[in-house]
Amino acid sequence: MSGATSLQPSARRAQAGTTEPAWVRYTLIGVALVFMFLFLVLPLAAVFTEALRKGFEAYFEALQEPDAWSAIRLTLITAVIAVPLNLVFGVAAAWAIAKYEFRGKAFLTTLVDLPFSVSPVVAGLIYVLMFGAQGWFGPWLQAHDIKIVFAVPGIVLATVFVTFPFIARELIPLMQSQGNDEEQAAIVLGATGWQTFWHVTLPNIKWGLIYGVILCNARAMGEFGAVSVVSGHIRGQTNTMPLHVEILYNEYQSVAAFAVASLLALLALVTLAIKSVIEWQHEKDMKAAADTPPERPVDPSPGAVV
Amino acid sequence: MTALPVAASAKRRTPAKVLPGFNLTLGFTIFYLSLIVLIPLSALFFKTFTLTWEQFWTAVTGPRVLASYRLTFGASLIAASVNVVFGLLVAWVLVRYDFFGKKIVDALVDLPFALPTAVAGISLTALLAGNGWVGQYLEPLGIELAFNPNGVVIALIFIGLPFVVRTVQPVLEDAEKELEEAASCLGATRWQTFTKVIFPSIAPALLTGFAMAFARAIGEYGSVIFIAGNMPMVSEITPLIIIGKLEQYDYAGATAVALVMLVFSFVLLLIINALQAWQRRHTGAPA
Repeated sequence: MSGATSLQPSARRAQAGTTEPAWVRYTLIGVALVFMFLFLVLPLAAVFTEALRKGFEAYFEALQEPDAWSAIRLTLITAVIAVPLNLVFGVAAAWAIAKYEFRGKAFLTTLVDLPFSVSPVVAGLIYVLMFGAQGWFGPWLQAHDIKIVFAVPGIVLATVFVTFPFIARELIPLMQSQGNDEEQAAIVLGATGWQTFWHVTLPNIKWGLIYGVILCNARAMGEFGAVSVVSGHIRGQTNTMPLHVEILYNEYQSVAAFAVASLLALLALVTLAIKSVIEWQHEKDMKAAADTPPERPVDPSPGAVV
Repeated sequence: MTALPVAASAKRRTPAKVLPGFNLTLGFTIFYLSLIVLIPLSALFFKTFTLTWEQFWTAVTGPRVLASYRLTFGASLIAASVNVVFGLLVAWVLVRYDFFGKKIVDALVDLPFALPTAVAGISLTALLAGNGWVGQYLEPLGIELAFNPNGVVIALIFIGLPFVVRTVQPVLEDAEKELEEAASCLGATRWQTFTKVIFPSIAPALLTGFAMAFARAIGEYGSVIFIAGNMPMVSEITPLIIIGKLEQYDYAGATAVALVMLVFSFVLLLIINALQAWQRRHTGAPA
């Protein structure tokens, strides 16, 4: 809190009319920090404390259980399939929506956002209605001995649904704000569409892309509601990490439950760290771009000009 | 199928359009959207149509279901309101003041987005249960926050916090200090400046954040079921009703309740879109 008092005298004078008395500032900061501490820091700390309640040995023992391992493996497999699918979709949707004008664009954008406002439980249910034993394709799937619901494909589908908009909604506003000028220049200079995308568009959107991917990945690995409906909870087979946490917790294996949960909490912390680094990096880039004289753009990538 | 004439008309309207890939990207977008989202969601409607009106009505207005609506909507409303107050406070403190550890606090705001809901659920439960870090001090006072509707509200506050902070923060950052200086020069007190100058400019963002937190809270499942206690008629949320019906193989009943939730999500989504459009007009308009 020492930062608030270390303002330069000139800055202090300029702020006189536009800030609050010191006691109000400190009270507001204090209340906000207490709120953040109670609602965000304490739950996070509780995960690790509960996991280590019986010491490191019990912690690592819980993580070495075969069921825990198969849950970790399934979670990784799910994310490895779901994230790239939504990445390709996100880039395609952002290209179509941000680079062109067409009828129904606003409606399409709303539809892309739709999975965010559907309850995860409803998201799981719709796949049960499609592929479950009494669903549309149920009899056909059974006749051909293909399992989707209560098996890995269902888990992947439900995860794809709930993480559907993450990358697209990061990229659409970003690409809209950048406009088409650079791409059009590349095309006029003879680049093909793919060259333009790889050498002009991709470098411009890389931070937004990474940002979207890590958020999408965090949700894909942590999804609970939708996956819970389609999984069938078969231990060692269709349990993802969050589902495994639930089973252990309901069996009163508190340390084991929190041990697996601590891995997910670590994933969340890593996600937040990468996200913050990207934001700081982006701010730096913006500053660098603002400092560059507009006549001489920095380092045109060689591929852009064929 | 409609992509071609649309593309042609778009090209006619803006002759400078030379970028390739419109048909490919739009085609793929619509194909993937239909496959993953639209066709599966339509299954919900078609399944509901197999019910008669009376069957549908009994499924969505059973006493347990009605109690779950009351809890879900009530708790979501309270949680979103709490989020508006504290979300505004956190956003304000992060934008306007300097303090030690500000960058970490700023990063931590997104924790509820990144932390899996099941982890949040068991962790909040461990804290608030009678023997937990927080619960042990509250229990002698007669305050119980776990295994009852209070727990639902707490979990939903946790889930919804980033929505309000992250919608209000950019608007506060862009706010023109000159307006506040002018207000202060003209003799307004700081409180008058806040209520008459600053608040109206952030009100649309605040309302958008409220609607988003509310929408998320309505559908939330993972963090709530651990802390709610899940007693029928008392602390059972609507998504849990759907799961319960599914476990009894009452697919039609589950679908009917899901349809009610889905229609409500659509309505909220439309409201949020309208609010965001209003916010853009609001901030885009010359001051």
